[in-house]
Amino acid sequence: MSGKPKLHYFNGRGRMEPIRWLLAAAGVEFDECFIEKKEDLTKLQNDGSLLFQQVPMVEIDGMKLVQTRAIMNYIAAKYNLCGKDLKERALIDMYVEGLFDLNELLMTYEILPADKKVQHFANMMDKAENRYFPVFEKVLKDHAKDFLVGNQLSRADVQLLEVILMADEYKPDMFSKFPFLQSFKARISAMPNIKKFLQPGSQRKPPSDDEVVDKVMKIFY
Amino acid sequence: MSGKPKLHYTKGRGKMESIRWLLAAAGVEFEEEFIETKEDLEKLRSDGVLLFQQVPMVEIDGMRMVQTRAILSYIAAKYNLYGKDLKERAWIDMYVEGTTDLMGMIMYLPFQPADTKEKNLALIIDRATTRYFPVYEKALKDHGQDYLVGNKLSWADVHLLEAILMAEECKPDVLSAFPLLQAFKGRISNIPTIKKFLQPGSQRKPPTDEKFVAVVRKIFNI
Repeated sequence: MSGKPKLHYFNGRGRMEPIRWLLAAAGVEFDECFIEKKEDLTKLQNDGSLLFQQVPMVEIDGMKLVQTRAIMNYIAAKYNLCGKDLKERALIDMYVEGLFDLNELLMTYEILPADKKVQHFANMMDKAENRYFPVFEKVLKDHAKDFLVGNQLSRADVQLLEVILMADEYKPDMFSKFPFLQSFKARISAMPNIKKFLQPGSQRKPPSDDEVVDKVMKIFY
Repeated sequence: MSGKPKLHYTKGRGKMESIRWLLAAAGVEFEEEFIETKEDLEKLRSDGVLLFQQVPMVEIDGMRMVQTRAILSYIAAKYNLYGKDLKERAWIDMYVEGTTDLMGMIMYLPFQPADTKEKNLALIIDRATTRYFPVYEKALKDHGQDYLVGNKLSWADVHLLEAILMAEECKPDVLSAFPLLQAFKGRISNIPTIKKFLQPGSQRKPPTDEKFVAVVRKIFNI
């Protein structure tokens, strides 16, 4: 037993990617066990390893944690990425939940059938540009520190960077009107643990191509 | 200024109901300001008080909190309903996410097209009785204690009771195969603050009927 957390998911971003980001930002090495076909998922379910029969599942500290938010709350608290008190945590939680909502839009786009993609894309870009990114641009401007909350890196910063990079993949010129997000992106990307995660060969997953989407549909649907 | 938390939402359950439950269970009095028209929502938006232009929003301790989970986590932590350490908190989080998924399905049911209602209701009952309730029944059986986590009332217990009552509104005998959940329901319902919330005249909201669906659709343009 390596003692490292072990991630159970398919070999793609999906709902596990924010967890990979958080572990990487915290400097925590982790192993991954990929679900390649339906039988792999069924085995985990029959083993009783999945509390609600679903993945993500992360083996960590003797527990088999499920539910993305439960997993991320545990990691963030363990590695001091939740702010210094209840009020900072409240702010971080609000930002993170907004980012989860945007991430959900970006993530579901990948697995939509072609005829639903166009409308979803328009909605997703609209929300990114008009609902979510303006909020974080303003927070960075008003707070005038290197990080979103308080004076240290939190899970909110890590998740914001992740979402910026995902949106970047779809529409790079979106950020021309968000100068504070641009400098935030550069600054957080340069932090050693994150810089390492952004390099080729890391456990960061690429956007899902047709082959991965096909596999996902076969495993879960 | 009363110092009491102030809830901004429609006069129905939706995503605010779990927040009402948790405040009530914690014995915290709260006020409510109801969004009755599209204009009420627009006003909140143009006043700049909704971080992501959405409700629920709760004014509490000098903050205008949004995002259901953020609000619930804050209340749970503040009123000691979040376990005694990180590991207990992880279990509470897992259990709450499960009941959130189940209640989410039930919440959206009245908004679904009439021809899919029967199928969706069947799916809810199936998930409740084969995916979710067995987990909580087993948790109670394995440790033999009165509460889900740490031998003490937590957010997970309050949330589970809420989910049980909502599921029973869908199918009254939904707990027939779960004797420990039946006992749990009786026990938690009798906790004084919760008992009070379950009585007529409390701030607990009724199930959403067709008339209210129409109101909500108008307000949120859905």
